[in-house]
Amino acid sequence: MISGLIAGSLRMATGALARWHGCGPELRQRIYFANHTSNLDGPLLWASLPAPLRMRTRMVAAHDYWSVGRLRPWLAQSVFRAVLIERKKPTAECNPLDTMLQALGDDHSLIIFPEGGRQTSPDPQPFKAGLFHLAKRRPEVELVPVWMENLNRILPKGEFLPAPLLGSLVFGTPIRLEAGETKVDFLERARQSVICLRETTCS
Amino acid sequence: MNLDRELTWLISGVVAILIIASVLTRILKKRARSEGARATMDNVLSRTRAWWGMVAVFTLAILIGQTGTIILFGLLSFMALREFITLTPTRPGDHRTLFWVFFIITPLHYWYLQDGWYGMFCIFIPVYAFLFVPMRSALAGDCERFLERTAKIQWGLLICVYCVSHAPALLMLDLKDYAGQNAKLLFWFVIIVEISDVLQYVWGKTCGKHKIAPSVSPNKTWEGLLCGGLCTVGIGAASWQVTPYSPLQAAGMSALIVLTGFLGGLVMSAIKRDRGVKDWGHAIAGHGGVMDRLDSLCFAAPVVFHITRYGFDSHVLLQRF
Repeated sequence: MISGLIAGSLRMATGALARWHGCGPELRQRIYFANHTSNLDGPLLWASLPAPLRMRTRMVAAHDYWSVGRLRPWLAQSVFRAVLIERKKPTAECNPLDTMLQALGDDHSLIIFPEGGRQTSPDPQPFKAGLFHLAKRRPEVELVPVWMENLNRILPKGEFLPAPLLGSLVFGTPIRLEAGETKVDFLERARQSVICLRETTCS
Repeated sequence: MNLDRELTWLISGVVAILIIASVLTRILKKRARSEGARATMDNVLSRTRAWWGMVAVFTLAILIGQTGTIILFGLLSFMALREFITLTPTRPGDHRTLFWVFFIITPLHYWYLQDGWYGMFCIFIPVYAFLFVPMRSALAGDCERFLERTAKIQWGLLICVYCVSHAPALLMLDLKDYAGQNAKLLFWFVIIVEISDVLQYVWGKTCGKHKIAPSVSPNKTWEGLLCGGLCTVGIGAASWQVTPYSPLQAAGMSALIVLTGFLGGLVMSAIKRDRGVKDWGHAIAGHGGVMDRLDSLCFAAPVVFHITRYGFDSHVLLQRF
């Protein structure tokens, strides 16, 4: 119930309009990957999913950010049920890929931001390899590109007071790893599939 | 607010119009043959449905009284400004300025209204907010397109907050032989603004041929403006009893509302067109954003407010002698 309330207020506070362009909100195993400009990105993407999907979707987030203080760990664990990964120094014991594969399990979906951190540049930065490895290990899971618009204007990196502008998200056509496709090619194609959704937000 | 006979008549009149509109659109939708006509009727149907909601909220605010009304218009300003700034490319350097604009300047302006501090209400945004916005942005240190960004924020504040707030400011006036009845004037004003919009739309759709400014808004036609405008003036004059005006003055005021509302709609369309969008947002189903319904009101409210103040406010009349 609390998580429903928080999802509702997140949608209201950001005035977010979610548009399903290339696929519908279906209950199946998916990895949503998006551009990353604001701390609101993960929570809002999660909040924009219809409740049945939201229950089975977990966002992948940085351990070093979400374990500070009292509010963030509570939000991460009890509300978003975030998958916290070590992004600074991954070791053999806590390899982010294993953590993500484990969280995916048989019936869960993930939200990931393959740029690795929040960016301030207009275009998304090159993607990190995690998305490729996930696609390789779990080829049957749909990879859905998502463009998140304006979130960096609502809560930019380095600010703690929001400006109440209207955000929007576009869900694109799912992609998958083609046979024989190299890591570099795949990651660039995935990045382009996010960028090309930006055009649809202006119309 | 005391619910007197005239206000009851006004509210029942609006509800009657809505009932007729709802029934009529359902009949017309059943009889629609072509795909295009059906789509139009679907849009009209969702618009009518949204009108029910808007009328309910507005009536409730009026019945709660002055505070309720001012809070409602404050929220509308906030939502309109939000749509306006969203479509206006600002830069990270404007972030803190925007925080001030939304959470300090806008509420403060409405607080002056609630407080009845007329002088401050008049100059706060055009003078002090006008100066504050570039000062705060300059401190952030980003010079790129500085004047353009600042002008956009100032414009948004003036249109969405300052101009809109002149509608609830009608409650502030101390009108001759009209004490305690200002809510009726506000109700009348909003109805005339919106009826003018709706009638111009309906006349334009049914018999509009000659476009006024096709590059700005293809839906605005001379037939729509003249026929819709004449009907609105007729309705405005016929309901003169709820206003502080005589029948002739009510007709004149309605004509002014039609004209300023029309031109205001045109200005806001030009901005939308320049930004490449059709609607300001998606807050009201079938209508688009809040600004899509407030555009005419923005331009009509200050004019009606000032003419009423200079012509009918007892304090101003006394000062002149």
